[in-house]
Amino acid sequence: MKTTSVMIVGVGGQGSLLASKLLGRLLVDEGYDVKVSEVHGMSQRGGSVVTYVRFGEKVYSPIVTDGEADIIISFEKLEAARYAKFLKKGGRIVVNTQQIDPMPVIIGAAEYPENVLGELTAKGMDIDALDALSLAEQAGSSKAVNIVLMGKASKYFDISYDSWIKAIENTVAPKFVEMNKKAFELGYNS
Amino acid sequence: MKKLMIGNQAVAAGLHDGGLGVVSSYPGTPSTEITEFLAKYDDIHSEWAPNEKVACEVAFGASLAGARSACAMKHVGLNVAADPLFTLSYTGVNGGMVICVADDPAMHSSQNEQDSRHYAIASKIPMLEPADSQEAYSFAKAAFELSEKYDTPVLLRMCTRIAHSQSIVETEEPVGAVVKDYEKNPQKYIMMPGNAIKRHPIVEARTEALRELAEDCAYNTLEMNSDEVGIITSGCSYLYVKEVLGDSASILKIGMPNPLPVKLIKEFAQKVKKLYVIEELDPVIENHVRALGIDVVGKDVFSILGEFSQATIAKAFKMGEKQTISADSVIPARPPMMCAGCPHRGMYYVLAKNKITVLGDIGCYTLGAVPPLNALDSTLCMGASVSGLHGFNAARGADTEKKSVAVIGDSTFMHSGMTGLVNVAYNATNSTVIILDNSITGMTGHQQNPTTGYNIKGDPTAKVDLEALCKALGINRVRVVDPYDLKACEVAVKEELAAEEPSVIISRRPCVLLKSVKPLPPLKVEADKCKSCKRCMSMGCPAISFKDGKAKIDSTLCVGCGVCKQLCAFDAIV
Repeated sequence: MKTTSVMIVGVGGQGSLLASKLLGRLLVDEGYDVKVSEVHGMSQRGGSVVTYVRFGEKVYSPIVTDGEADIIISFEKLEAARYAKFLKKGGRIVVNTQQIDPMPVIIGAAEYPENVLGELTAKGMDIDALDALSLAEQAGSSKAVNIVLMGKASKYFDISYDSWIKAIENTVAPKFVEMNKKAFELGYNS
Repeated sequence: MKKLMIGNQAVAAGLHDGGLGVVSSYPGTPSTEITEFLAKYDDIHSEWAPNEKVACEVAFGASLAGARSACAMKHVGLNVAADPLFTLSYTGVNGGMVICVADDPAMHSSQNEQDSRHYAIASKIPMLEPADSQEAYSFAKAAFELSEKYDTPVLLRMCTRIAHSQSIVETEEPVGAVVKDYEKNPQKYIMMPGNAIKRHPIVEARTEALRELAEDCAYNTLEMNSDEVGIITSGCSYLYVKEVLGDSASILKIGMPNPLPVKLIKEFAQKVKKLYVIEELDPVIENHVRALGIDVVGKDVFSILGEFSQATIAKAFKMGEKQTISADSVIPARPPMMCAGCPHRGMYYVLAKNKITVLGDIGCYTLGAVPPLNALDSTLCMGASVSGLHGFNAARGADTEKKSVAVIGDSTFMHSGMTGLVNVAYNATNSTVIILDNSITGMTGHQQNPTTGYNIKGDPTAKVDLEALCKALGINRVRVVDPYDLKACEVAVKEELAAEEPSVIISRRPCVLLKSVKPLPPLKVEADKCKSCKRCMSMGCPAISFKDGKAKIDSTLCVGCGVCKQLCAFDAIV
C-alpha cells in the first residue's frame, strides 16, 4: 500500500496543530503507520506554518516535497497558493477562503494576489473552497475553523463519519466537544 | 502501549523509563519539549535552570550523587555547556548521565547551523542519534546503561525533524530510578592537573573500547540489499534514503556517530561497488571514511547546507522530478512577526523613531529587526547585547553612548545578560541596557524562569527582583517603564542615554499570549476621522491594515493595547 501525503498549512496561531493532532490519532486508531511533522518556535509567530501528515503501511520520511501531496488543507487563501506546488497531479486542495494579509502587504511592500484560487483552478487544480470562518462562527467560535476544515476534508479520506466524531471526542477538551462536533458537521455538509 | 509521540516526548519517556532521577535544562527550540514532558512525571526532579551550563552542572552533581541524570538543550546551548562537557569526559559518572542536544538544520528557529557531532568528537564522549520516535525512546532509555558501563556521559543528538515529528512508539516497562551509593573519590572527581593527567589515558582507552562496541552493536545496523550501491547514513537522512531507494541499495545506518566504527565501514565498503555517505550538515562520517582511505560520494553531491528530503535523494539518484503546478502571481512572503499587542513593540517604536543603535539578543524580540521597525543592529547569541554594547561604546566613546542601547529579555538576562551588566558597571561605560521584561520565556513557548516567581511545575517559588539585582550588580540608575506608554518610554530612553553613568530601563509588561493576561476590547478606526496618514501602521502591528484608503483594525487580532491610538494625531482610533 502506498503512502498518502497530507499537508495542513496556514498562518501561525490558526490552530493547525490541533487539526494534525486529530488526524494523526485517528489514523493510528485506523491501524496505519503514521508520521506527523510539525513546526514549533519562531516560525509560529504569525508566520506561514505547515504540518505534514503521512500514512500508509510503512512510512519513512516525515515530510512532503514538491508534487507529492494527495491533499492540502489550507487555512488561508494565500497559503494554499504558496504550497500549491507540493500538490501531486490529481491531488486536491481544501481551502478556507479567509484572507489574512501578511506584513509585506500590510506595509504596502507587496500586493495580495487578487484571484489566486482562480489562477490555480484555471491551471486544472482541483480546489474545494469554503468560508470556514463563517461556519466556525455559526458553530459557536471563530477558533473552530480547524475542525470545520477537517469536516470538509474528511470526505476525501477512507474513514467513517463516526470515527471522525470519536476522534474529536478524544482530542478536544470536554467543554468544547459539542461545539467542535457541530463545526465538523457544518464543514462536512458544506 | 502504542502511541503517537513527537521525538522529544519519546526521549522524555525513554529517559523516564530508563530510571531518570534528575533533569535540569534551559529551553531552546527544538529541544524544549523533552524537559516539558519530563516535568509531567512526579517521580523525577525536573527544573528550568538559568542557562545550559548550570543545567549540565546540575546533572553532573546528580550523577555524582548516584542518580541517573539528564539535561537538554539546543545546539547553541551546548556551546554554553561546553565548559563542563569537556571535563565531564574525564571525570565520568556515578549515576548514568545523558546530555540531549537538538540541532536545527535549515535554521527553523536558530542563529546558526552548527553540527553538534563535532562536540562529541572533540570532548571524546559517545553520541547516539535516533532516526524516529521509537529509536528516540529506546536510545534514550539504553543511554543510561551505556553511560554507567563505560563511565562516561552520553550525548543524545536530535535534529528538528526527529524532535518535532510524531511517529508511533511502543514503550516498555520502566526500570525504576535507583540512587547508587556516593563515595568520595578525589582522583576521579577533582580535576586538577595531577589527577586529570591520570584520567586522560582512561578517556582514550574508553574511546577505543567504545569503538569496539560500535563495530557490533544495535545502534549501527546493516541492510545488505545490493552489491552495486552502498549508503552510509544516519538520522533523518536514513528515512529519506529508505523512502526513495527502499530495498534497492545496501545501507549502513549509523546510530552512534561517535566513536565511528572502522572494521564495519571497511567491510561494508568492500561489499559494494559504489559507496555514498548521506548526512545532513558537516561531512563528519564522510571525513572518517576518507581517513580510512576509502573513496566516497558525499558533500560533492549532498549539500553541507540546510535539510535534506526525499527529493534530495531522488535528484541525486536521478529518480525523476515530480510535476508541479504554481500560481503565476507573486506570492508575498509571510515572515514571523511580533504579535498584535506585543509589549516589545512600543519600546521598539520609540527606539526606531529616535534612530537609536540597538544591539539585540535572542528571543521573540529579535523580531524587532524586521520591517517596518527595522529596529535592530545586531543579534549574535544569548547575552551578547549587553556585553556587545559595552564593547561598542568602549570603541566609540561618549558619542555613541548617547545613542545606543542593548535590548534583552528577562529570561535571556538571567541566562547570560547579567554577567555582561557586571562588566558594564565594573569597566565603566555609560551604557544603557533595556530589559524587555515580558515575565516569561516567550519564543520557546512560555517557560517559567527565575524572574517569574514560578517553577517548571507552575508552583510559586523565589522570584528574582530585577531592579534590586541590577543595583546589586553596580548600576545606580534603574527605572521601570510600561512599554504601552510611548511618552514614558521616550522620556526614559532620552534621560538614560543622556545620563553620565550606566543605566538600566526595565520595560515591563507581560506577554499578551499569557493566559493570565486578559485582552481589552478591540479598538476601531472611525473612517471619517482617518486622514490616511498611515502613522498607526509605522509600528508594524499585524492587526492594522489599509483598506479602501483608510486604516482598518482587525477585531479578531486586536487586544486593545492602545499603542496605535497614541500615534494617531486625529483621534480616529477609539
